[in-house]
Amino acid sequence: MTATISSTRTISAKQGVGLGWTLRDNLSMTWRNLTVIRRVPQLLVFALIQPIIFVLMFRYVFGGAIQAPGGIPYVNYLMPGIFVQTVVFGAINTAVGLAEDRTKGLLERLKSLPMARSAVLGGRVAADSVRNAVVVVLMIIVGYIVDFRPTGSILEMAAAVGVMVMFGLSMCWIFAIIGLVVPNAEAAQAAAFPLIAPLVFASNAFVPVETMPDWLQWWAERQPVSVTVRAVRSLMLGTDPTDYVWASLAWSVGIMAVMAPIAIHRYRKA
Amino acid sequence: MTDTAILAEDLRKTFDEVVAVDHISLAVPKGTVLGLLGANGAGKTTMVRMLTTVLEPTSGRGVVNGFDVHDHPQAVRRSIGLAGQYAAVDENLTGRENLFLVGRLHHMSKAASNTRAVELLDQFRLSDAADRPVRTYSGGMRRRLDLGAALVSHPPVLFLDEPTTGLDPASRQDLWEVIEGLVGDGTTVLLTTQYLEEADRLADNIIVIDRGAIAAEGTAKQLKSRLGDTVIEFEFASPADAARAAEVFATDTSAGTVVRQVMTEGAATLRDALNRLDSAGLQPAHVALREPTLDDVFLTLTSSNGAGE
Repeated sequence: MTATISSTRTISAKQGVGLGWTLRDNLSMTWRNLTVIRRVPQLLVFALIQPIIFVLMFRYVFGGAIQAPGGIPYVNYLMPGIFVQTVVFGAINTAVGLAEDRTKGLLERLKSLPMARSAVLGGRVAADSVRNAVVVVLMIIVGYIVDFRPTGSILEMAAAVGVMVMFGLSMCWIFAIIGLVVPNAEAAQAAAFPLIAPLVFASNAFVPVETMPDWLQWWAERQPVSVTVRAVRSLMLGTDPTDYVWASLAWSVGIMAVMAPIAIHRYRKA
Repeated sequence: MTDTAILAEDLRKTFDEVVAVDHISLAVPKGTVLGLLGANGAGKTTMVRMLTTVLEPTSGRGVVNGFDVHDHPQAVRRSIGLAGQYAAVDENLTGRENLFLVGRLHHMSKAASNTRAVELLDQFRLSDAADRPVRTYSGGMRRRLDLGAALVSHPPVLFLDEPTTGLDPASRQDLWEVIEGLVGDGTTVLLTTQYLEEADRLADNIIVIDRGAIAAEGTAKQLKSRLGDTVIEFEFASPADAARAAEVFATDTSAGTVVRQVMTEGAATLRDALNRLDSAGLQPAHVALREPTLDDVFLTLTSSNGAGE
């Protein structure tokens, strides 16, 4: 069925968007979100302030009291934890950004456009992943300044960044769901912390898990943030088995496989 | 299908237990403007959201430009432009970037998206501000950009959800002229508004909706004629007197110190009304005869079936 409009052009009843345009729609939305990040550089600065405070706090305040396993300098133990913490906290931006787009009516307009349904979320998590990669690289530089000395090769360092960006991406999908269900950006921010705290702090990111009570140790050893921190230590320092790299990637893919379809379903409904 | 650009059949939307739109049917002939008139929460926006594929109807059917909103949502989306209640543009992008993005998401080429952005910026007198982030724009400029974004793909059907809410009179006038221009070029428009003046000026047909259902429909002239030819306005010195007068006339249309009576019986209505006021010992400070406005229609229709929930 076709209908002729003002004799200028014909609109077909064709459904679906096609793979080529799905990809381009995702890229268009990624471009839009990256442009916003570029235009509001404060966002990037704020993204760095919190992990830098953590570095200073743990490196110089608590660090002296913490014994890193295997006799390695505590700063070497700490920094991979900081990097992973940074990408996990970075995922909050996904929730906040989506909630803002929704409350400002932008999602309404985007939903009325003949674009791929996946592109609003896909473009968001892709842009947030680019941002995560930039922030992690900057944090590695900060690490060097405070005497972090990784032993991994350039390739291993790059692989570690890749593992973290993948893990950050899976976190972004979780936070996309939050951004679609909360009433506004403030609520997205508030909802994020209780979810993040048991992942980031009940982990081996800052302290060895051996001193934790048994029940907490059980969780802290197995949960995905700890696994990813060990994967990064494995690549950057060679202190942990490389199995953790694969385990972390499996977590990332698994979380995405579950969360991305739920998020896209929520987006269609929202 | 060929003559009807927008068709709703028995559209219904419920959110949990709340009925937002209750079996509304309407048809908008090609090239005409339908004004959906109603107070906040009457169901206007829900109607627009269902017809623009943003929201799935609970039941009923919507057809836009010949395409069913449920069966062919992408074809509907290719046929429409939507300008929302909030100016739905990205504050951190420039005006040009906003229009370019919408063009790309309409699957226009980069070159065509750029050309169209320049055209629209020019048409909406935003060329000077084209490369400034939208957050530096005034309210009127944002609305113009928002309307421009709705027009990127030259849509044959345009949905305008309260396009001038919150605008100053000059900007409103400005936007009205733009909309009239589009209609002149053959665009079909469904416009929601709380402003009777806006519906009166722009709409060929008006549907008054109240609590999710159609309360009245017709042309502005037809709706006005439902209230008789002329309205008598009695103005009193005090609200207390006005309230007593409203009691005398058994009407609830008292607003401040003014009480209105419709001249259903011509001069006899006036004579009778004055006699009744006289025997009640009421002396109006001022009496005026006025042609009915859509305000009268609106207030009568939306207040007659009980005040509030």
